[in-house]
Amino acid sequence: MVNIQEIIGKVCPEAVFEENEVAFAIVPDAKWHEVAVALKNAGYDCLTAVVGEDWGEELGCTYYLKSTADNSLVSVKVATTDRENPMLHSVSDLWKTAIFEEREVFDFYGIKFINHPDMRRLFLRNDWVGFPFRKDYDENPEINPVRLYHEKPDDVTSTYVEEDGKVVEKKVNVFNPGDFVVNIGPQHPATHGVMRFRTHLDGEEIKKIDVVCGYIHRGVEKLCEKDTYPQTIHFTDRLDYLAALMNEHCLCLCIEKAMGIEVPARAKVIRVMMDELMRINSHLLYFGTFCMDLGATTALFYGLREREKVLDIFEETCGARMTFNYNVIGGVRFDLHENFVKRVKELIEIMPSRLKEYHTLVSGNVIAKNRMKNIGIITREEAINYNITGPSGRASNWANDIRKTNPYEVYADLDFEQVTMEGCDTYDRYILRLKEIEQSIKILAQLVDNIPEGDYCAKVPKVIKLPKGHWFQEVESSRGAFGVYIDSDGGKTPYRMKFNSPGFHLVGIIDKITRGEKIADLIAIGGSLDYVVPDIDR
Amino acid sequence: MKKEDFKDNEYIDSLVEELKQSGTNVVVGKLDELINWGRSNSLWPLTFATSCCGIEFISLGAARYDMARFGFEVARASPRQADFMMVAGTIVHRMAPVFRRLYEQLAEPKYVIATGGCAISGGPFRNSYHVVKGIDKIVPVDVYIPGCPPRPEAMFYGIMQLQRKVKVEKFFGGVNRKKTREDFFRENPLIAEEEHVKE
Repeated sequence: MVNIQEIIGKVCPEAVFEENEVAFAIVPDAKWHEVAVALKNAGYDCLTAVVGEDWGEELGCTYYLKSTADNSLVSVKVATTDRENPMLHSVSDLWKTAIFEEREVFDFYGIKFINHPDMRRLFLRNDWVGFPFRKDYDENPEINPVRLYHEKPDDVTSTYVEEDGKVVEKKVNVFNPGDFVVNIGPQHPATHGVMRFRTHLDGEEIKKIDVVCGYIHRGVEKLCEKDTYPQTIHFTDRLDYLAALMNEHCLCLCIEKAMGIEVPARAKVIRVMMDELMRINSHLLYFGTFCMDLGATTALFYGLREREKVLDIFEETCGARMTFNYNVIGGVRFDLHENFVKRVKELIEIMPSRLKEYHTLVSGNVIAKNRMKNIGIITREEAINYNITGPSGRASNWANDIRKTNPYEVYADLDFEQVTMEGCDTYDRYILRLKEIEQSIKILAQLVDNIPEGDYCAKVPKVIKLPKGHWFQEVESSRGAFGVYIDSDGGKTPYRMKFNSPGFHLVGIIDKITRGEKIADLIAIGGSLDYVVPDIDR
Repeated sequence: MKKEDFKDNEYIDSLVEELKQSGTNVVVGKLDELINWGRSNSLWPLTFATSCCGIEFISLGAARYDMARFGFEVARASPRQADFMMVAGTIVHRMAPVFRRLYEQLAEPKYVIATGGCAISGGPFRNSYHVVKGIDKIVPVDVYIPGCPPRPEAMFYGIMQLQRKVKVEKFFGGVNRKKTREDFFRENPLIAEEEHVKE
């Protein structure tokens, strides 16, 4: 483990270090870029999360950086006291994932990033008044009523650069006047929800894509600030509804870590089993919908046939098919249903033969192969730089599985393989997910006969209060590393809660990997990345 | 399903009563029944989903629930070919104008089903600054299906209620609304100001 204080202290002696679960430094804005360069050179090559926050007097961000060599985290806080015209230095030139992360912070807090190439609003309409995540934001519906007229398209964007010690705004065209721009979405069956791609085409070739998000931005993080901790859990279900149990799991882990609650052994095993069932569920739906995007409608029926079996297991124990609200602080809400073990065993038995069927149906098909091979290449360096975690990142040979790198619950004791592939293309991203189903089955097989007896939920106080401080927790969800950041001021409600979703980082790379590809391949690439739009927009 | 198995029979009965008051010619009435029988058994949905409820809508199309049994299986991606819109998911401020335009693009006679808590009232996100508190504030709604998300069986029940509604309507005169394009723009001057409309 490298010494963080030494690295930061060398370039910025005035940095303040605070005790926290991960190394935490407060750096003045003027030195932040230098510190970032030093940290990147020291091996922190992956920007995991950028958490914007309003501390009352200060506005700013906490950056979470990860080293891919030893998987250690370091966090750096950068803040400004100027609330009228807050400005910070951008690190989007070092980590490309910061381009969208910092745009999000600008959208929510109005912090302008110097040297950022594209300072536009991300989720909200461009005629939105105010910055909603600031503590002094006025939520009066008369200021921002439901506007039924369309917003003007953003053809010009701003960038802020320093010239002779002064910050100057410069206008940059998103598209040039002669460009042929085709609009795809938000209502389009192949965008998997309400995504919008403004696509600049030259013939059939894609020149540039401007991704427009926010068509399902529900302001979940702001809503969490009004609710008590147990009330926030159900929101995570509805972010990425195909990784609902993992998301709940992550939030519960984070709260338990902050409160120091020890979860009973039975609850731990139940949670892990539910996570793996959820992963199977998600990958099966992925198989179905992705193949349907490519034109193989039959595959959807095959995939959903097995998915219904998984949903039956969920329904008996959790009482719902999709949004469960099953994890609670300290354990799980209900004990397992008596049929649970039997049904899981049935699933374990049938899945290998069903996976074989999928491979015969689609994977070996010449047309499917031709549409997937060597399309949408993400190299390992790009995956790390854009923070593409989960199956999409592992298909680029980046071993980033949180279950292996930072094991939680009982994952450290389990025997399973972290699947990585070297093809970096659409085909490998597809195959990898089917292979992950095999690994999930393997985990389930190990646990199904070894569920410990005992309590399924720990005794927790009636009123949940977190001590002062902030925490960050990650779990491996179906599409990558899902992170939860909680900042508590000691009360019953979180001061700031941030969900660091894996889908959001995928948006950043779409423009990069589709350039030069054909327009028809955009659907294959988008489908293979497997984004869920409410997870992106939150 | 038999009539007594449905709930909300009073609503359909009062609708029939209201329609009867205006009186119908025997020939037109019979023709109405024939057309409505055909219409109600081939309702084509628009594939429109914003969030969780959309996944349940996919399950509806798959083998276990199989909406083809009721004639809903031809999900269209273009609003111009669809009969009704199943609004599956939250509608937020940014989506509202797009959603409104999709509704306008549906060919008459058109219907809207509000699926799930979010579409009905904003659901769990009602207190958010960016969520429309019920789609009935933007478009007229025919059937509400509560749930978060509603089970596929509930969705069937909702669509079957819509079928019943379609069956009792008068195709000639009663269904096709009299509102013109100009009326719409008079009510929404800001939309009329937009470039593509001016052209």
